[in-house]
Amino acid sequence: MSEPILKIDNLRTSFRIKDDYYPAVDGVSLTVNKNELLAIVGESGCGKSALAFSIMNLHSRAKIEGNINFKGQNIVNLPTSKLNKLRGKDMGMIFQDPLTALNPLMIIGEQIGEILLIHGTNSAEKRKERVLELLNKVGIPRPEHVFNQFPHELSGGMRQRVVIAMAIANNPELLIADEPTTALDVTIQSQILDLIKELKEESGAGVILITHDLGVVAEMADRVAVMYAGQIVEIADVYTLFENPLHPYTRSLLNSVPTANEEQSTLHVIQGVVPALQNLPREGCRFGARIPWIADSAHEKNPQLHEVSPGHFVRCTCYKDFHFPDRDKEGNRHVVS
Amino acid sequence: MSYLEVKDLKVHFPVKGGLFGRTLAHIKAVDGVNFSIEKGKTYGLVGESGSGKTTTGRAIIGLNKITSGQVFFEGQDITNLNKANKDIRRDIQMIFQDPYSSLNPKKRVIDIISEPLRNYEKLTKGEETKRVQELLELVGLNPESILKYPHEFSGGQRQRIGIARAIALKPKLIIADEPVSALDVSVQAQVLNFMKEIQKELGLTYLFISHDLGVIKHMCDQIGIMYKGRYVESGTKEDIFNHPQHIYTKRLVAAIPDMNPRNRQQHLQFRQEVKNEYEQAYNQYFDDEGLAFQLQPVSDTHLVALPEKG
Repeated sequence: MSEPILKIDNLRTSFRIKDDYYPAVDGVSLTVNKNELLAIVGESGCGKSALAFSIMNLHSRAKIEGNINFKGQNIVNLPTSKLNKLRGKDMGMIFQDPLTALNPLMIIGEQIGEILLIHGTNSAEKRKERVLELLNKVGIPRPEHVFNQFPHELSGGMRQRVVIAMAIANNPELLIADEPTTALDVTIQSQILDLIKELKEESGAGVILITHDLGVVAEMADRVAVMYAGQIVEIADVYTLFENPLHPYTRSLLNSVPTANEEQSTLHVIQGVVPALQNLPREGCRFGARIPWIADSAHEKNPQLHEVSPGHFVRCTCYKDFHFPDRDKEGNRHVVS
Repeated sequence: MSYLEVKDLKVHFPVKGGLFGRTLAHIKAVDGVNFSIEKGKTYGLVGESGSGKTTTGRAIIGLNKITSGQVFFEGQDITNLNKANKDIRRDIQMIFQDPYSSLNPKKRVIDIISEPLRNYEKLTKGEETKRVQELLELVGLNPESILKYPHEFSGGQRQRIGIARAIALKPKLIIADEPVSALDVSVQAQVLNFMKEIQKELGLTYLFISHDLGVIKHMCDQIGIMYKGRYVESGTKEDIFNHPQHIYTKRLVAAIPDMNPRNRQQHLQFRQEVKNEYEQAYNQYFDDEGLAFQLQPVSDTHLVALPEKG
């Protein structure tokens, strides 16, 4: 369980806007273990996808600094030729939108076969055999028929299954899924998530699941990292995170979900928005501006991750004083007159 | 008499093709839908993509031509109204799904929100500005921002502009087509809270279209579940979430992620059971074409599409 496949150390990914570089991922450190599903949550603009793309090195123009240790080597700024030996083989990626992730002019069989060819399966027969096996594995009915179909002939759920088949074609040790079900219907969503989980259990791969849906996290994750404004603000195992969330951002997110199981007439609203990259506060608590009712003195000058219990890290000290605006610290509702 | 009543609504789209563009077949997007909404309530229309829920909403407001069936609003037949007597339409407004594509990027906020006002009310420039500012204040935006363009706002703020436009004429019924699907949870919370608030304040009736059962449960009093253009089940929130009868509804309810990670195994098992039941019992719940049967009452409020006994 505790055998790390991926170890990220102080990763910074900066994008150039006009003449300056602005870090969208700002000092992220985390590990992914074998047979572990790490979920990364946050609102849009928090740097979740930027982080995933940095691991795969898919950004075309970004400055990436820090360490990403994968299979005993630092893969940050590795030459493309070496990277290409890893990508698609030892690390696979499932993209958000299956329609844009697939080539519309190529039949399914060739698309999946291509990734096998690149990584050394030269015999066409073997490739076809493997593709059919993969299609079967991801639950596509009538693989022989689908083999010769084009992406537009498949439904959204089926396309996403094809994308998953491509990602797992070479039995990767690390699988990155970037919002794999956002474009899909609920029933399909649960099928795809169950599939990802099944594949993980079977292969023992480490999985990074990026999502903004906390319900998905509760169903899927072993550990959860909550990101805000390019930083990890809280990281813990899934039970701790849902039962004892500490960081104000985590608590606010959890409280804003209209749960289908609980009665709650008004939802919690997080004031303000995630600031744009250029306007990110680089000093002090980045979430401070969105919880203005918490005194400035509660925040750290230079917020660090604190280990509050084994494996449970929280950034900044403001969690100690945090309460929702309509409640006191013990969680009792104020009587609004 | 219900506030809004939809009777046997059908919307069929022709499929054209061949040498002279003849109509070859019809796609039955909505195929015999009946429901009614009480005044001041929120009615939820649920279904997967392609189930016809959006088409139903658009047909009521007249954006899709109704093939057959009738729509009554406050007792008046508003089916396929022509331009001459479209005044009733000012009482029904729509909130669209995507706040990024439903606002004209070349127009300022004042022009966007005052468009319905210009269509239906003769106001002077000053009155118009005043009304728009009031509306912006009502939806929680800065009244000073009337001269801004849509791109200067965030997603949640844009959706509020869409809402301000929808309530500009003080409508009685609002059709909200996936109003929060494109938004983050925190922003979604903001919009949902706000929709509830103005419902109370202005006495609005909502037809709330969504695929997200969590949101539907939070917002709606009555719910209808659609599948391939037909109803499979309808009832109160209680009926649908606690006593789903149709196998399709059961499957939808089972697919809602559970927010407690401790229930995970149990929930997965439940989901699998429902899936197996769905596959085995599919033929009992759907006819030869894979369509739902006619609705049969199982209680006063609860209707389920079951085959006729016998």
